[in-house]
Amino acid sequence: MDSVLKAVATLGGLGLGFGLILAFASKVFHVEIDPKIIDVRNALPGANCGACGFPGCDALAKAIVNGEAAISACPVGGESTVVEISKIMGIEGHAGPKRVARVLCKGNYERTNKKYEYHGIMDCKASVMIQGGDKACPFGCLGNGSCVAICPFDAIHVVNGLAIVDEEKCTACEKCIKECPKGIIQLVPYQANVVVDCSNHLFGKEVKKDCKVGCIGCKICEKACAFDAVHVVDSLARIDYEKCTNCMVCAEKCPTKSITAMIEDRKKAYIISEKCIGCTICAQNCPVDCIAGEKEKVHVVDDRKCIGCSVCYEKCPVDAIEMR
Amino acid sequence: MGLFSIFIGAALVNNYVLSRFLGICPFLGVSTKVATSLGMGIAVTFVMTLASIITHLVQVAVLENFGIEYLQTIAFILIIAALVQFVEMFLKKSSPSLYEALGVYLPLITTNCAVLGLAIINVTEGFGIIETIVNSLGAAIGFTIAIVLFAGIRERLETADVPEPLKGFPIALITAGLMSIAFLGFAGLAL
Repeated sequence: MDSVLKAVATLGGLGLGFGLILAFASKVFHVEIDPKIIDVRNALPGANCGACGFPGCDALAKAIVNGEAAISACPVGGESTVVEISKIMGIEGHAGPKRVARVLCKGNYERTNKKYEYHGIMDCKASVMIQGGDKACPFGCLGNGSCVAICPFDAIHVVNGLAIVDEEKCTACEKCIKECPKGIIQLVPYQANVVVDCSNHLFGKEVKKDCKVGCIGCKICEKACAFDAVHVVDSLARIDYEKCTNCMVCAEKCPTKSITAMIEDRKKAYIISEKCIGCTICAQNCPVDCIAGEKEKVHVVDDRKCIGCSVCYEKCPVDAIEMR
Repeated sequence: MGLFSIFIGAALVNNYVLSRFLGICPFLGVSTKVATSLGMGIAVTFVMTLASIITHLVQVAVLENFGIEYLQTIAFILIIAALVQFVEMFLKKSSPSLYEALGVYLPLITTNCAVLGLAIINVTEGFGIIETIVNSLGAAIGFTIAIVLFAGIRERLETADVPEPLKGFPIALITAGLMSIAFLGFAGLAL
């Protein structure tokens, strides 16, 4: 009994002693830090994902307050975070258009052939070592979920052998982009309704024998685009999102349907007759000649021909055109 | 045994990382760049020396006094954890530049088993206070030598043509093993 008491008393005493010393030290050695750092830290998402290039949100908060990082340096927080930080720092700033990660492949198990049955561990970096993975297409998503495992925001899921990003949850932290051994995940604008969901650089027959939805490099989209926004480079179409107007003509024309577009959500131009002054600017600029009407009379849009590119909407000097 | 041979023995012959295999975690974790590993080494030197002095005093004044040496491990862990906290606060106030330089390595040392191992070895060897200080300095400098050399090799490995499956940690572990074998050569020193 005596030894137990002694042990408890000694350790308790030591613990108490150190506790008191530390409590005392925290008062004596208290250092004031810039309250702005704490405020900025609280405004950041706190995921400590490192996408900004700093080791965690604390380091970024410090860099922002010291002026070493832009207030829009956090790619995860988006516009709302930037607004909050700009209030604390008193600087104006914009986050830029929101972007999300996208797996540029549509080849699930039905659409793309398999070379063999893979029974190894569910990790793309492991399966890619065996002849580049089980998918016959050398640029295809392996669907073993390395991106799912690394995503800190639960924004990627594998459905039928194909990884799909949840645009609402994705924060564009780029972790999956670095993880994917095939390098087929890219950031695309959240607003982009037309995306070439293929990464295959092979041509024609080579693509078709392995995959039903691969880009064959036929350049039909390039010719169909009225805005010079699609270009086929190395047998693979890519959309310039700066120029793209989401008119979806390329997606309609694509013979393999490797360009994804929500055609049912396509908007049409409507002319508000009370406002139209008949200046013909819209008709002159329409890439598909779907606007008719004489000078100084109300114009009409042929909605069977309209592709919803919103060029007329932007050109109209009196805001007489609506997209709906 | 003279003080000099205690020092060389702790730094080279019985190197804490490469011969006794203590403190492997920071040795592998913080050795990707020479600059950061040097920071870690300095922080460890600082804490090891202070910790061994205080543990020695507690050992003599408290544990042996009350005849409860069996509580050594738990008491020493308590001391090291509290000491690291205290040193961190002290540095933050008195020397912000040193605090910045040591950065995240200081709190990391709390979990460095080389510090605890050193404190216990000092006791089992029956060292007095002077020998304890010399032994701790030697051990800490040995740790610094090992981690800085290792970091230098790893910096070069970054650009070396390493076979794909061995890239990263596998080659680092092989390197550590080879360094350990190399340090075995010091066992031949006549002290």
